[in-house]
Amino acid sequence: MSAEPVSVVLAKKQRFDREADRRSADFHEEVFDLEARGEWIVHRVPEDHVSVSTKYGLSKKIPRSHLWHHKSCGQCGHIPGYSTSIFWLMRKLGYDYDDPRDQTSCTAWNYYASATSNPAAQAAVALRNFAAAYETGFYPLIHCGTSYGHYKDVRRELLGHPELRHEVRKVLEKLGKPMVMPEEIVHYSEWIHALRDEIAARQVRDFSNIAVSIHPACHYYKLVEGDAIFDPDIYGGQRTAVVTGIATALGADVRSYSTWFDCCGFGFRHILVQRDFTRSFATTRKLEVMKEEANPDVVLTHDTGCVTALDKSQFAARAQGHDVDVPVMSEAQFAALAMGAHPYKVCQLHWHSANYRPLLEKMGIDWRQAWAEFEAQLEDLRDGGKEFITWDDVEA
Amino acid sequence: MPTATPAHYKNDSPAGFPDVDPGYKHRLFEQVMADHRMPDYIYGCYECGICVAVCPSARFYDFSPRRIAQAVARQDFELVFQQMQEDIWECSQCFSCLRCPRGNNPGGIITVMREVAINEGLATAKQALEGYSRIIYKIMSTGTQVSPDMLQPDAFPDWGPEVKDVSVNLDLWRRALPPETHHTTSTGWSVSERTLIELYLIWMQTGALSMIKDVDEGLHMILEEVMEERLEEEGIEI
Ligand code: SF4
Ligand code: SF4
Repeated sequence: MSAEPVSVVLAKKQRFDREADRRSADFHEEVFDLEARGEWIVHRVPEDHVSVSTKYGLSKKIPRSHLWHHKSCGQCGHIPGYSTSIFWLMRKLGYDYDDPRDQTSCTAWNYYASATSNPAAQAAVALRNFAAAYETGFYPLIHCGTSYGHYKDVRRELLGHPELRHEVRKVLEKLGKPMVMPEEIVHYSEWIHALRDEIAARQVRDFSNIAVSIHPACHYYKLVEGDAIFDPDIYGGQRTAVVTGIATALGADVRSYSTWFDCCGFGFRHILVQRDFTRSFATTRKLEVMKEEANPDVVLTHDTGCVTALDKSQFAARAQGHDVDVPVMSEAQFAALAMGAHPYKVCQLHWHSANYRPLLEKMGIDWRQAWAEFEAQLEDLRDGGKEFITWDDVEA
Repeated sequence: MPTATPAHYKNDSPAGFPDVDPGYKHRLFEQVMADHRMPDYIYGCYECGICVAVCPSARFYDFSPRRIAQAVARQDFELVFQQMQEDIWECSQCFSCLRCPRGNNPGGIITVMREVAINEGLATAKQALEGYSRIIYKIMSTGTQVSPDMLQPDAFPDWGPEVKDVSVNLDLWRRALPPETHHTTSTGWSVSERTLIELYLIWMQTGALSMIKDVDEGLHMILEEVMEERLEEEGIEI
């Protein structure tokens, strides 16, 4: 029997339909039902939103503006160009936002690493943050893929377990906070995806010669899978559309590879105390496969842990003969660069480990000059002329 | 002489730990099964191995999410005990195994098993958390986990010379970040005092703080002191 030509198989896949029994239930109804029964307040997505489709065809509202930035500890802590680029994009597009101090981490990195917490504590942390957002009137936008996945999981558990809701309510009462559940839990990469045409319309750098490989974050599309964005025009609707959508809109050459669905190897505890595992997995199962099959100029991803694992694993792996040498960044930084952002003042690439300079050259950016400009700003800080660099300075 | 040990057991003696009281093993198993999440996490197992194929940890360790799901589904409390000692800390908690066609969540089962191991202060839980107390202290006391000042070359020598650049220039580079909340070095962003107090209340009210008592007594004492002192200053009774 001869094998079917790949084109026939692919054509079949293009008519791909998901089996009805795999469909996850629509949670919206239950969320609103609990509001009607007085159990919590539903924080509604603002009028100014875009509707997109999720894995099983349900519609998801992605707010455009008036967003409350639920920051990520790993991004702010050691990839600060990640969060800065998200803010920068929002400012450039002219959308208002709040960068709150009344926000804690979701604490899920620690939970998935050490299990030194429990469902009630995790749900209370989530709902405390949701309540804090609600009190400001701004709508929560989650920066971290793990926070996003974890919060979706927390929602699923709260919906299914009245006793857990009861326990969390008691805790929040003690804090003087209302029980609030957002109508949608929204990840920043969904915001970028929904607004990708607006972003592309403001593109000032040509990326048509930039080859890109994408690593999708497990906690984005595997945890509560039904609530991740899928688009029939991107991979025939068979893979999540975020990240690929914006890279394509920016004209980059998106190249796939065979271990696309694999994890990055972050491991939560492994990245901190067992990095030999992270390094082995990130290098041999992701980076080397990408390099061999797609040879990208840059790897784009949309989560804190994935940028960390893929970027930081490269140095020591080189000593063991695994020389992949490919820059890694978030699609937020990539989109910001496309819209003309400064590679150091905004994208803060000097915090990254893998060599990004050849990529900048390919993008037409003189990194030596850019570094000198950044250094000049640092000089102002050094000589005491300024205490901080502000958004105005970045635009100057 | 070939042993009669079933192939899915890692140790020669059935499920290992022959000196541990089976009653104790059974109690731990019951604790796992009593968790409200378990009915959603295990429905039986086809033995298809899909979870193993997608599992990153299975690739580099003698570890298998299928074995975990099967042990729980068969209520094999001896084997579950062995896995709580030898396997669960190898999982990456990526949840790729949610692709299970039976609807199981092996990664979720592991989360529950880990919680029981921590609550019970199992020796292997203590071992798994060695070198990790700094992180728990950070997240529980400051509300953010990985702070900029943790990026030290001696802690992350394998991350390349850039880590040193960051640590040498830390204060300056943080002040060069345009978002005002980012000018911090000991936390990811600046968290307000009121927010921290609320977080401490959460840890105390939900029993999350007491969970670490048996695995790391010293850390528990320090955290309890920090939190109680702060709450007392605010006149909040626990
Ligand atoms: S969650 Fe754990 S068991 Fe499941 S695929 Fe990931 S590493 Fe494997
Ligand atoms: S994927 Fe599910 S059914 Fe298949 S072996 Fe794993 S747990 Fe069992």
